[in-house]
Amino acid sequence: LGHGSGGQLSAELLRDVVLPGLGGAGEGVPEDGAVVPVGGVDLVVSTDAFVVSPLFFPGGDIGALAVHGTVNDLAMMGAAPVALAVAYIIEEGFAVADLRRVTASVGTAAAAAGVPVVTGDTKVVGRGAADGLFVTTTGIGRRLPGARVSAAYARPGDVVLLSGPIGAHGTTILSARESLGFEAEIASDTRPLHRLVATMVAGAERDIHVMRDPTRGGVASALNEIAAASRVGIEIDEAALPVPAPVAAACELLGLDPLHVANEGCLLAVVAADRAVAVLAAMRSAPDGRHAVRLGEVVDAHPGRVVMNTLMGGRRVVDMLVGEQLPRIC
Amino acid sequence: MNTIQARVACRIEIHGTVQGVGFRPFVYRLGRGLGVDGSVRNDDGLVVVEAAGPPETIATLAARLRTDAPARARVSELRIRELDGGAPAPGAGFTVEPSVRRGPAGHGPELRRTPPDLATCEACLAELFDPGDRRYRYAFVNCTDCGPRATIIDALPYDRARTTMDAFAMCADCAAEYADPADRRFHAEPIACPVCGPRLAWHIPGQDAARGEEDACGEDALRAAETCIRGGGIVALKGLGGYQLVCDATDEAAVGRLRARKHRPAKPLAVMVGSLAAARHLARVDDAEAAPLTSVARPVVLVEARPGRGLASAVAPGAPRLGLFLPYSPLHHLLLADLDRPLVVTSGNLSAEPIAIDDADARRRLAGLADGFLTHDRPIRSRYDDSVTHVVAGRASVVRRARGYAPEPIDLPVPAPEPLLAVGGQLKHTFTVARGGTAVTGPHTGDLEQQATMEAFTANLAHLCRVVGAEPHVVAHDLHPGYLSTQYAATLPVHRRIGVQHHHAHVASCAAEHGVTGPFIGVAYDGLGLGDDGTLWGGEVFVADLATYRRVARFGRAPLPGGAAAVRRPVRMALGYLFGGEGLDERTRATALRLARPLLRRLPPREVSTVRRMVERGVNCPVASSAGRLFDAAAALLDLRDDATYEGEAAVALEAAAGPGGAAPELPWRLVARDGMLVYDATRTLLALLEGRRDGVDVAVLAARFHATVAAVTIAVCSRVAARHGLRTVCLSGGVMQNRLLAEALLGGLSAAGLEPLINERVPVNDGGISYGQAAVAAARLRRG
Ligand SMILES: [Fe+3]
Ligand SMILES: [Mg+2]
Ligand SMILES: [Zn+2]
Ligand SMILES: [Zn+2]
Repeated sequence: LGHGSGGQLSAELLRDVVLPGLGGAGEGVPEDGAVVPVGGVDLVVSTDAFVVSPLFFPGGDIGALAVHGTVNDLAMMGAAPVALAVAYIIEEGFAVADLRRVTASVGTAAAAAGVPVVTGDTKVVGRGAADGLFVTTTGIGRRLPGARVSAAYARPGDVVLLSGPIGAHGTTILSARESLGFEAEIASDTRPLHRLVATMVAGAERDIHVMRDPTRGGVASALNEIAAASRVGIEIDEAALPVPAPVAAACELLGLDPLHVANEGCLLAVVAADRAVAVLAAMRSAPDGRHAVRLGEVVDAHPGRVVMNTLMGGRRVVDMLVGEQLPRIC
Repeated sequence: MNTIQARVACRIEIHGTVQGVGFRPFVYRLGRGLGVDGSVRNDDGLVVVEAAGPPETIATLAARLRTDAPARARVSELRIRELDGGAPAPGAGFTVEPSVRRGPAGHGPELRRTPPDLATCEACLAELFDPGDRRYRYAFVNCTDCGPRATIIDALPYDRARTTMDAFAMCADCAAEYADPADRRFHAEPIACPVCGPRLAWHIPGQDAARGEEDACGEDALRAAETCIRGGGIVALKGLGGYQLVCDATDEAAVGRLRARKHRPAKPLAVMVGSLAAARHLARVDDAEAAPLTSVARPVVLVEARPGRGLASAVAPGAPRLGLFLPYSPLHHLLLADLDRPLVVTSGNLSAEPIAIDDADARRRLAGLADGFLTHDRPIRSRYDDSVTHVVAGRASVVRRARGYAPEPIDLPVPAPEPLLAVGGQLKHTFTVARGGTAVTGPHTGDLEQQATMEAFTANLAHLCRVVGAEPHVVAHDLHPGYLSTQYAATLPVHRRIGVQHHHAHVASCAAEHGVTGPFIGVAYDGLGLGDDGTLWGGEVFVADLATYRRVARFGRAPLPGGAAAVRRPVRMALGYLFGGEGLDERTRATALRLARPLLRRLPPREVSTVRRMVERGVNCPVASSAGRLFDAAAALLDLRDDATYEGEAAVALEAAAGPGGAAPELPWRLVARDGMLVYDATRTLLALLEGRRDGVDVAVLAARFHATVAAVTIAVCSRVAARHGLRTVCLSGGVMQNRLLAEALLGGLSAAGLEPLINERVPVNDGGISYGQAAVAAARLRRG
């Protein structure tokens, strides 16, 4: 209950229930995947389960999302994706045509990303035991030479970069699910980011300290995770925050904070200050990073906390989404 | 002659607010006058007297320590014991001895008492304006009866060395006054004069402050600031507890500029006037209001403005009342006397941020707001914004508790068995530390979502804990996991955490300050607070005591379309009630939508359709049983406010529209029983507002009738609950109770119904009182085990 929105409650569920049961696996800093050295090669493994309603939405579907999500998780570990495995859990009565459509989308997305799907599994469960279709994707990748990124590696003075506009994916899904009427103007940003990462990392291997895709819980949660894991403060500028006008308008009407809305096609990078300009230029040269911005910086003040310099001249604490964001106004 | 037998020696410990109030000079004169031998000293947070003399003289001394104590002192207890050894020798005389410091926790079990700042006294004022006096026009004149205290104190015992005046070495004249028992500045710790004390300076932003260059000093600085204000400029003034922004309150353009720069479009601005007579020219000020206005705390007092008296209309647009206050420091007195006009004097900050105190920080944060800085070189140790109060049914009730009031302790009727910290709410933030029967509530800081407020909170907390000797073992916090205070509480290394429901804290704050410990009826009318059922509350009636509560009645629920977005935009709240109010049946909804057609047509179609869909699908629509949100909806349905640029703006507009009151007939309402609770179904009330609009009824009439309705509902609920539970005391609290029209209707109506209503006076009804309420609840729970 309440643990689904990718904020603090998800983090607590992971910390208190899941990780202890696994005997310490993944202890410490929460990352998108794990590095497994095999025969002198650093392999990276990541797995993700996808549940989304609706299955098809402007800009994508669950199939594309499953491919991009895992490709991106590998990329955020500084890895080049090598292969994917896909498993379906299908509710009895799910339309075969839809399954075909999803599968075609998986194939198209994998091909476009240049990452083959090499194995998979399919299970059918009784009515009510699942909601239509769940997809689990596992990926392996090879760590890019020299890349060494972790949410714990942000240092005061570092610069925070963001690869592109935010807020589209979550708003699109919500609007499509509840027929709120924004579907015509907004589409999910779902896309693979590994090529952008390769461009960024080349020549800046040691200077990129953190990479994170701000999916569930949005930019706010990703930055808070970085601040907590690295025990640093982060300051961002509202003026730099790229929120497309239709997204801003929808968020305003829906009462959503774009900082808390999920994304599937952008990344945050924490970069050594002296290379920030070069990395930003590299990002902008890549098709998936054309709209990259310098969002803010890492500071040693207020460790663990993210603060935004607002357009009004104030400094607002940006915290993780707690539950379903009940208003704090009295 | 048997002198041995006729002589006793004893030690008298004086507890209470006895430092910074001229207590040692008083005891010194008393001891001398009575001819006893002995001494007086500040000992940690207490005053200790050792005296020897004839038994009846010592008895007189002890009695007079209470009866003749200085006006600002508050003696809570005298502890007297006989001295076995070390009795003052006969003929030794009476002296003031050096202060004694103790360990971090002091004498325990009570907290040390820090005196609040005191407004300039008459004697000092006379000197300030006496051309023959050596302190003529000196902006830092003070004495044992007046001047800065809490804002300059580093630690207790209260001595100059432990204040920010330590940096100024007394000149020979000041030192003589300080040491002369006959002088009214005997042991006046912040004593100063133009020769040795702090000095004014004038800066213009943009000029190179790094080189420490000043554009003018002393009297010239003051004159420069006055010229700036006369010319329509905005001056950042370093006051007692922080920077203030000052401009001519009669200059429409100046006030408009201040609003634009501060990003504060509508929230009323406080106005300082030179005298009570000047206040009475601008507003109706009755005697009950004159009392706080002229008190040593010198709060801003909310009073009914007289229109057409020359104030710029932008000072308090659309508000029922005007905030007025009188000068409280010599600097303010000089400005008001020289400029001879009302001045806007407002906190030096951006809206919702804490007031700036540090010079460099102020220069940075206020550079874009002020045309000049009138500063000085006495550092401000602690941040104390101006307090705000208003009079409800003849009694002063504080709305914002800061300078002049905080950190004066407030009793806890159920003493805290362990030292505790209550971290408060989220907005209008305060914290409270408590030990034994004493609670110390820190000054108002603001919205914790502002990083500057968080920093002010933690800095104030650390400072005040150290000064008063609090080392909390227990922390009390709100149930809302998203409050930054709750998250802060989770990081503290304490051995127990106590979650206190928001509205229980509200009503407990009222009960506790009135010394109520037994069961009472608690009425919490509020904006929003998290309930124990995971929904938002805010229109609640409890049967409660300090430790527990049971919810016996509530307002009907409505969705908040977009959560906080619906709070910022009250018209969305109106849509929430229209589309999804609790208990709406299809027919009533159809009627409501028909009646609301003019409203629905007036709003952006996209907004109406989206909100409707959000309500139908429950998208980001938390539900709340809130009185505050019902007031918002009513204000929007009456076309008074679509948006709120500050907290409670729509409700303020509704109160203003209703006028000063008088009995208005109720609108239709009903109570329904649901889940063993009484529920106020407001549907009919809101429909009646819409019908009234359709029929062309005056908005003022409808607004007054709406207030009367909420009062009638409440009185009916309380009467039933009282009869059923055999209770009489009703504790009123919550931000909605800041509505004076409603509060007075409730106080009058509940009394008429044979009940005993109480409302907060010493801590705010709004969230500024939450931390004190949390402390009262936590103490009672700890006591219960
Ligand atoms: Fe409240
Ligand atoms: Mg992921
Ligand atoms: Zn004085
Ligand atoms: Zn002097």
